[in-house]
Amino acid sequence: MKRLLLCAVAFTTTPAAAQSVAIVNAKLVIGDGSAPIEGGTVVVRDGKVIAAGAHIAVPAGVDTVDAGGRWVTPGIVAGFTRMGIIEVDGVSQTNDSGASSSPFHAAIDIAPAVNPKSSSIPLNRAEGVTRAIVAPDNNGSVFAGMGAVIDLGADRDAVTRARAFQFMEYGESGARAGGGSRASAILQFRNALIQARDYARNPAGYADLGKDALLTRADAEALGAVASGRMPLLIHVERASDILVLLDLKREMPALKLVLVGAAEGWTVAPQIAAAHVPVIASALTDLPASFEQLGSTQSNIGRMKAAGVQVGIGMINDNEARQARLEKQYAGNLVALTKLPGATGLDWNSAFAAISSIPAEVIGLGGEIGSLRPGRRGDVVIWSGDPLELDTAALSVWIDGVKQPLETRQGMLRDRYLVPQEGALPKAYQR
Amino acid sequence: MADGFRAAHWLRTATMACAGAAMLSACATDANADKPKSASSSAKSTPGKSYSRDPYPSTYKAYPGAPTLVTNVTIFDGEGGSIARGQVLFADGKIVAVGETVTAPEGATVIDGTGKVVTPGIIDIHSHLGDYPSPGVEANSDGNEATGPVTADVWAEHSVWPQDPGFSRALANGGVTTLQILPGSANLMGGRSVVLKNVYARTVQGMKFPGAPYGLKMACGENPKRVYGSKGRQPSTRMGNIAVDRQTWAKAVEYKRKWDKYEKDGGDAPTRDIAMDTLRGVLDGEILVQNHCYRADEMAIVMDMAKEFGYHVAAFHHAVEAYKIGDLLKQNGTCAAVWADWWGFKMESYDAISENLALLQKAGACAMIHSDDENGIQRLNQEVAKALAAGRRAGIDISDAVAWEWLTINPAKALGIADRTGSLKAGKMADVVLWNGNPFSVYSRPEKVWIDGALLYDATNPKLRPVSDFELGQPGAGDVK
Repeated sequence: MKRLLLCAVAFTTTPAAAQSVAIVNAKLVIGDGSAPIEGGTVVVRDGKVIAAGAHIAVPAGVDTVDAGGRWVTPGIVAGFTRMGIIEVDGVSQTNDSGASSSPFHAAIDIAPAVNPKSSSIPLNRAEGVTRAIVAPDNNGSVFAGMGAVIDLGADRDAVTRARAFQFMEYGESGARAGGGSRASAILQFRNALIQARDYARNPAGYADLGKDALLTRADAEALGAVASGRMPLLIHVERASDILVLLDLKREMPALKLVLVGAAEGWTVAPQIAAAHVPVIASALTDLPASFEQLGSTQSNIGRMKAAGVQVGIGMINDNEARQARLEKQYAGNLVALTKLPGATGLDWNSAFAAISSIPAEVIGLGGEIGSLRPGRRGDVVIWSGDPLELDTAALSVWIDGVKQPLETRQGMLRDRYLVPQEGALPKAYQR
Repeated sequence: MADGFRAAHWLRTATMACAGAAMLSACATDANADKPKSASSSAKSTPGKSYSRDPYPSTYKAYPGAPTLVTNVTIFDGEGGSIARGQVLFADGKIVAVGETVTAPEGATVIDGTGKVVTPGIIDIHSHLGDYPSPGVEANSDGNEATGPVTADVWAEHSVWPQDPGFSRALANGGVTTLQILPGSANLMGGRSVVLKNVYARTVQGMKFPGAPYGLKMACGENPKRVYGSKGRQPSTRMGNIAVDRQTWAKAVEYKRKWDKYEKDGGDAPTRDIAMDTLRGVLDGEILVQNHCYRADEMAIVMDMAKEFGYHVAAFHHAVEAYKIGDLLKQNGTCAAVWADWWGFKMESYDAISENLALLQKAGACAMIHSDDENGIQRLNQEVAKALAAGRRAGIDISDAVAWEWLTINPAKALGIADRTGSLKAGKMADVVLWNGNPFSVYSRPEKVWIDGALLYDATNPKLRPVSDFELGQPGAGDVK
């Protein structure tokens, strides 16, 4: 209950010990798509970035860290995950992503389910991921509920923004959840928005529909924010024709703040997506016809959409979304590698990094808060051992909201215990 | 992901010796037929006619190639050796010479490898391509015969769809030239594996690696007990797993005894049992056990079970806890095939660490990467790069060249084909990848891939890009992908 009350305000995280730090002598990446700045400085005061760039004077009273010329970037913003709401996928008691027997759908708020001590949080934090977009999974409706943006700080307050967006499935999965066909799923969606508007006009009258309402009262209330455009609507969709259907809906209901998630065939309709000003969170390396809605999959998808003018970031859609957001760095690096492949379209390094930092933040409406080192943003900063997209690079220091973070993990403790596999004077269980 | 949780894929999922143990293909010989026999012994001394060990033989033939010399190139030979600026020559499908300078025949194709790296083709010991092809619809789901805990009678090759689009991605993005297709891990004994050259063909036999030993896929742990426990039958526990295994091996020992006797002495032919044929092959050392097993404690039990019944485990697959028992694995001569960083998708993967490969190497055990995944197989070089970096950060000094063993020679050993592929040594198959940069960098990709000396992928030539029958005429067909 306490959590619910806290979530009623926009930002609930008050850094426990917001610190002030200046990192100097950095190969500084702002995260907004601009080129790295050699010899750069970033200053974080009271948990927020106050300056970043070349020739920045360090204010008095701020601790200084010399990066020694290493890469310094904003923390990674994982574009689409189920981090913190699943501990072990195969152990259902630890999996809060979906609610198969719930009468509620759109009204489900994932924020109370987020566990800041879930082992995926320290592990991804140790690899430079500082924020994540967390979505519920859908069951029995095209609507999954309201997702959250979380931070990966080592404290009890994980939720940066609760009820940050509504998540919905369309395409093959949405069709199954929405009555059995795409035609019924899209009808469920349209009808729900109509009912949500009815509810908004006259909440008291809505209750009179009682059992006959296709939407519970709570769901109708939740969707009001979507219908009015107060809350972004993330829709998982893969096939080009499905994307066009959604763009048509957006024309019909211009208030909707649509974000496409997945969009494996997005490149084939990229000009239309760009013209509709609909942003995308895509999987980076999907290149197999894994399903009939993904026949046109290609690793050039993101590059081609960007080239067509679409705002596109990287997410973990159907891709180890509970645990492996850390892989987004590798994915971004692979998109850079594509620039050397004849016939392929990749991303330049600066755009690739923005696709895992500022763009996911902007897409979810938090570009003014997180995802870059522009002044005013939260103090999420990482010092890396090398190029953050390269495979042998480690995060050396991580700050979240200006708070220096511990980087120990359970996996690191296991490694230390078994550096020598043989037992010593006492069993391994005594070693910690 | 395969041994994870999604739909049908959830059910799949996880040295040695036998070097040179080619499949015995024919029937028992009749060499003794003319030998004079005494009256009393004549009935017994006529050997029985055995069954074919290779009824679905490989029809793979190498495609033509040109004598090729790659110059000025960094070489990882796959057996731990490297040359900073060297040359590789192959011709007639075989590696001819590798060195700082080699002599090439007149008219050989010369490729300047400046700034590039040449390696042996990557071998994935654990794949389900063809058995769980793309698109992953129910109609294509042919990887788990989940109808009984022991289905040693099924052969993965009888499910392989040679048109799986995944083969081309493994070739073009992954530089994978050889792969083992395994039946899934719903069962304790899931059936026979098959080793394929990564070359599209009209039939699966046209892809079969000539003379590669078969494997028997076994599985420990969560999958078998869950699948059959949920059906209210044995096994429903880990102890049930081992009980059913032991009972089955006991039968196999008896089956082998009967057939050995018949093949030697003749008499009435024992009843044929297709499942037992496979287990007998294991007991004879002709078929290699490929054992899905995550936990250290279970691997130890399985190695003792192998001793109890007289077989050997070639490799544990998905061995996420192998790092806890590197010494035991080394002692038993059993390899471990692992992921770089998969973890947490099930209880038995909860203790996975990124230093697994490096710790195994440190312990002197035989270690390798594997994919179990139609996406992961496209980037096994990157998986090794991450594992190598994690190991180095933990203070374990392993060179790039040695780490390449995890991608080629070690899986070749665990498949019993190391005498033919897995390294750039004269006389071996010319299975070769030219990378456009350091293959342990995220920014590098395969530029050319040769299989048996035939150029089957060339990033600079759109015509050298396979398009499977399924993809023909579909959205994006022939695209770079």
